[in-house]
Amino acid sequence: MRFRPAGDLAVSIELEEEISAEVNTRVRALEFLIQQKGLTGVVETVPSYRALLVYYDPDAVGYAGLCAAIEALYPQATTAVLPPPREVELPCCYEDPELGIDLGAAAVRLGLSTAELVRLHTGVGHVVYFIGFTPGLPYLVGMPERLHIPRLDTPRTKVPPGSVAIGGQQCCVYSVESPGGFWILGRTPLRLYDPAAGEPTLLRPGDRVTFRAIDRAEFDAIAAAVDAGAFTPVIA
Amino acid sequence: MITILQPGAHTTVQDLGRPGQLRYGIPPSGPMDVRAFVLANRLVGNPDGAAALECTILGPRFETEAAGAIAVTGADMPVTVNGADVAPGQTVPLAAGDLVKVGTAREGVRGYVAFAGGLDVPFALGSRATYVRGRLGGLEGRALRRGDTLAVLGARRPVVRRRVKPGAAPAGAEPPELATVLGPQDDRFTGEGLEAFLGGTYAVLPQSDRMGVRLSGPRIAHARGHDIISDGIPLGGVQVVGDGQPIVLLVDRQSTGGYTKVATVCSYEIGRLAQVKPGRSVRFRAVDLAAAHEARRQWRASFDDALEDIR
Repeated sequence: MRFRPAGDLAVSIELEEEISAEVNTRVRALEFLIQQKGLTGVVETVPSYRALLVYYDPDAVGYAGLCAAIEALYPQATTAVLPPPREVELPCCYEDPELGIDLGAAAVRLGLSTAELVRLHTGVGHVVYFIGFTPGLPYLVGMPERLHIPRLDTPRTKVPPGSVAIGGQQCCVYSVESPGGFWILGRTPLRLYDPAAGEPTLLRPGDRVTFRAIDRAEFDAIAAAVDAGAFTPVIA
Repeated sequence: MITILQPGAHTTVQDLGRPGQLRYGIPPSGPMDVRAFVLANRLVGNPDGAAALECTILGPRFETEAAGAIAVTGADMPVTVNGADVAPGQTVPLAAGDLVKVGTAREGVRGYVAFAGGLDVPFALGSRATYVRGRLGGLEGRALRRGDTLAVLGARRPVVRRRVKPGAAPAGAEPPELATVLGPQDDRFTGEGLEAFLGGTYAVLPQSDRMGVRLSGPRIAHARGHDIISDGIPLGGVQVVGDGQPIVLLVDRQSTGGYTKVATVCSYEIGRLAQVKPGRSVRFRAVDLAAAHEARRQWRASFDDALEDIR
């Protein structure tokens, strides 16, 4: 673990140089402990794969004091302190090539049938390691190795919001229209980011996400219900 | 209430921002030049965080419905009321029906127009600040347009007319030399790369915005690749992409990113950077953290000493 100043208002705490469930769990556990203990001077925290960025008020706490307080919490930063994850179900339409633009090409690249690809993608829980890049965009890890795939050679300049996509060992769901270099397998009719909602982002770091395959008719029905404010996502 | 007759180039409602949302990927937003923003509010007797307008290069033209007062600070933008020049950086009493025009910046980029009482738009996640990319806050999450109306809270004429003291904001070196704290990933650059960063002059590119200022100058060479495992991006983070050119990330920045960050521009320098016109240049210098914290304290204290009553 190393502490590095990130300007005069933040400190970056880097745990390891790797992407793993174990390291990311420690990052989120450390964040949870900092928030739970209400450490003096902490303004906000941003978890990522293997680091935690802590914003602080230098009028309320010194750098050395803050680092010492965080270091003292670190031994307890294990999965044991984290509350049980929320289980979130995201309906996803894979079957319509208009939505799952790259499903066929990704299946060919992976040497799978599209049905097998969908079965593997819906068959596991994906953990939200953190939210970043655009508002509400989850970095999801947990895919079986069979689905690990190099990123697209040429990123798209515009990916529609709701696109469910894979690249490397990760899956993500684009939350707003943005550029993107992942293979788009399908689309969820849910809004990962909705500025009009009281809580604009659907997912939180640590959530466990499963995808449920839906057909185009159900996609359209859910999308209409979401537009009408009449759809409640399945969160347990 | 005010009615926007011409919106200017990019005018948004801002307050001091919405901290606490970066872990959901939502940046704090708020003014690019905090000092100018706070002084505008104080000139009209508002709390520091009252909602006001941030203008970019060209300010708005608007009509007031009720008597009140405004103050314009930040970039040097000519201000007229019913066609008559008024001095910027001071309390300007207004009568009902007055026409106010904030013109094109002669110096600087961001001007602030504060209204006695403060602007009233709905709170989004506890703040009135506009985040245009996220369509959040402000007036419908967007920049102002012609015909928009904005409510002013408890508009009134302040009893005391004040102004920014002449010389309260010394012009400083040209090009501005911005204090930075090295890191968090300065160890990912070569010695020559760090020398280039601290010795070079970097021009502000026109693609700069509230998300980040893109710069062009001597290449800041990486020691071993420009990618890191994505992590959080602090305010002022100097991200160096593959071509060795820096981008300083600002109030509407993405919360995380996968490029190395050579240094972080100190919080009290962000406003100076925000006022550098595209085509002009900046330089960087390294300070240690203790010096940065002390300079920040002095900068905050300077707000209290910047204004004087008009007699």
